[in-house]
Amino acid sequence: MSARAKTKPGRALIYVALTLGAVFCLLPFAWQLRSSLMTMSEIFSYPPKAIPAEAQWRNYPEVFRIIPFGRYYGNTVILVAWNIIGVLFSNVAIAFALARLRFKGRKLLFALSIGTLMIPNSVTMIPTFIEWSWLGGLNTFLPLIVPSFFGNAFFIFLLVQFFRTIPFDYDEAALIDGASYPRIMVQIILPMARPIIAVMIIFTFLNTWNDFMGPLLYLNDSKLYTLALGLKSLLSSYNSYWHLLMAAAMLVVMPLVIVFFVGQKSFIAGLTMGGIKG
Amino acid sequence: MRIRKETLWGWILVSPLALGLTIWVAFPLGVAVSMSLFKWNMISTPIFIGLQNYWFMLFGDHLFWQSLKVMLLFTITSVPLQMLLAFSAALLLNAKVKGVGVFRTIYYLPALIPTMVSTALWLFLYNPQYGLFNFLLDKLGLPTQRWLTDSSLVIMSLVIMSLWSVGNVVVIFLAGLQGIPKELEEACVIDGGNYWQRLKAVILPQMSPIIFYNLVMGIIGGLQTFTQPYIMTNGGPSNASLTYMLHLYKQAFNFSKMGYANALAVVLLLMTIAVSLLVFRSSKSWVYYEGERK
Repeated sequence: MSARAKTKPGRALIYVALTLGAVFCLLPFAWQLRSSLMTMSEIFSYPPKAIPAEAQWRNYPEVFRIIPFGRYYGNTVILVAWNIIGVLFSNVAIAFALARLRFKGRKLLFALSIGTLMIPNSVTMIPTFIEWSWLGGLNTFLPLIVPSFFGNAFFIFLLVQFFRTIPFDYDEAALIDGASYPRIMVQIILPMARPIIAVMIIFTFLNTWNDFMGPLLYLNDSKLYTLALGLKSLLSSYNSYWHLLMAAAMLVVMPLVIVFFVGQKSFIAGLTMGGIKG
Repeated sequence: MRIRKETLWGWILVSPLALGLTIWVAFPLGVAVSMSLFKWNMISTPIFIGLQNYWFMLFGDHLFWQSLKVMLLFTITSVPLQMLLAFSAALLLNAKVKGVGVFRTIYYLPALIPTMVSTALWLFLYNPQYGLFNFLLDKLGLPTQRWLTDSSLVIMSLVIMSLWSVGNVVVIFLAGLQGIPKELEEACVIDGGNYWQRLKAVILPQMSPIIFYNLVMGIIGGLQTFTQPYIMTNGGPSNASLTYMLHLYKQAFNFSKMGYANALAVVLLLMTIAVSLLVFRSSKSWVYYEGERK
């Protein structure tokens, strides 16, 4: 039994199981792609067809014609860009101070920050919504951008863990040479954190691109819709146009798949860092 | 002089965090708790009603109990299945066979898809006439199902869907498996242990902190399920898929019962804390931490 996995039948069994899992993962995608290339009558033909007679590529431009999908792309990209800026500005400075400077209250602050990871967003959802209504932020991008400038507990945790592994000799040498703390942060510590910065950028991109609840609460004006909201409105106003819906779904997913393949290494690293050390 | 500069810069640099914790966490939590004691529709002046919202929740709102039932049923079914599936997948993906890298990517892809997109996609897959699943059942000569409109099936349909996007959990398990010291497994092999013994004596104890982490995260996520039932069924048929979060959302944004919705949020927070504590408590008996790890 111990050598099973190394023998031929053991290996074959592994491949069979792996393939079954892969089919479960890929079949829905295949159905999505197949449907996005069909005519409406093909979708509604009975018995259902496995593949379209002729690929209907014009379904894709059609999506942009029936709803302002280009605008939704633009809005989503604006949100992603601002969130990345906010995340980079706030978290590096916060984590640098927490990990490498000694001052009163830093341990408490770090503990509190980690503690917020346990509070479900849905609990603070309504009060935050009320706060924004007082501040006049409803129906603007502000509620979806501003919080990123105040630090993110998960990113702070990742950065602090990393910054602590860098020897303090660097800081001391720089201080003796007369460098200021911000300069040490930007010129010495920051360049070493490049892999984690990459992780933060990718995660912020994904989280913002995928966010549904935030835009659903704060954006009512269809001019401000993100892709996720655009897809939802398409779903309610064109609810039987499955060929267009599936094409739109492909269009939302495509940039994600590209980002995933470009940044695959940092991506997996980021996922596992949280899991193992948490 | 140097120490003072360090303190000064420390406080300047962390001030966004201190401010953020106040504005985005402490203040909203305070508002949630105090607002739960009021009757308020966001327009008129709030009226203080003491604990009446909580009283109504327990004794007047049968949808509260229904949503609690749906939430627990969904979490109790989906989380163990997710753990089992993700762990098995990670064991397979950790096997040293050719082409395993491609499989790792494939297994992760569904988790990459935005919830809104996967929800739209699965809504179509579950379509009784034109969807993939009934197409497959029909091909196999099995009776087709009303996946999302059959009140006894709808939770199961949501559970199956949640299993599709389990890739995040798989990746975390996989990284854990790769971190198990080779000597431990080798020692077990030398002692003549078979695969099951290795799994029981080495792999599971070594993996227990990671199983614990994924379990807590899975439960917290399960308790908050919203987008899928909101888009796919809007809680139906006859509230069979009305999750707790969906109930809360409807009270707040469809019926403008802000006070009551905040009371529901406070109860959700208490339940989350209680469940986490329960899992933490039990973890002492089954989670194994090595000396040098914390």
